[in-house]
Amino acid sequence: MKVENHVSLEFPSASANEGFARSAAACFAAQLDPTLEEINDVKTAVSEAVTNAIVHAYPDTLGKIVMKLRIRDDHSLEIIVRDWGVGITDVDQARAPLFTTGGEERSGMGFTIMESFMDTLKVRSQLGKGTTVTMRRNIARRAGR
Amino acid sequence: MPVTCVEEGRHLTAAVAGELDHHGARAVMEELDRQIDAAMPRELTLDLKGLTFTDSSGIAVLLRSWRRMGQLQGAMRVVNTPAQAGKVFQAAGLGRIIRFE
Repeated sequence: MKVENHVSLEFPSASANEGFARSAAACFAAQLDPTLEEINDVKTAVSEAVTNAIVHAYPDTLGKIVMKLRIRDDHSLEIIVRDWGVGITDVDQARAPLFTTGGEERSGMGFTIMESFMDTLKVRSQLGKGTTVTMRRNIARRAGR
Repeated sequence: MPVTCVEEGRHLTAAVAGELDHHGARAVMEELDRQIDAAMPRELTLDLKGLTFTDSSGIAVLLRSWRRMGQLQGAMRVVNTPAQAGKVFQAAGLGRIIRFE
């Protein structure tokens, strides 16, 4: 599968960047001529992935987050959110619905939302080294376009 | 992230507008807590008409209000849920415990 276009964004783990990251992803994905629902799905999944990095990867400091967006020749969007934070002890447990270490402000549904709004979701994490979330969403080709 | 509240008798209506994410969720929760504590309503209506975006932070906000209303032995309903928010809440199975109208 060839990458037709790509962009890479680096920003600190400040919560104000949650809105920036999902808006940037939506702008880039616009090249695939998505429906409003598809754009909203992308924004929602990006918001979850970036919020995880902000809340969990760097609990007491500001750290580096890199978001890569790739448009592939199968008309899909690949989103990679990477951090160099504390890592996840047990990825399977973290992905389970309602599991959270974030206190009552968090719902524990972040990975569940990412899974249900994206076509694929891969999470790789190493304690003390960081976490990489890779997700892909097919954008339907619309007739007459 | 504005929260606008109207109190009528023992009924509180709270309208949440704008984009709701982790960045703004704490302020929304605190404002809803304050309004519920002040009004001690029998019923809370959350009006989401102006909610342009939410992620799972919105789930935590709804569950917190629902729990507080439960502690007051009151009811809660959610109205005018936009499509994007509805999809997030549905993915979390919120419809099984919270009344959406």
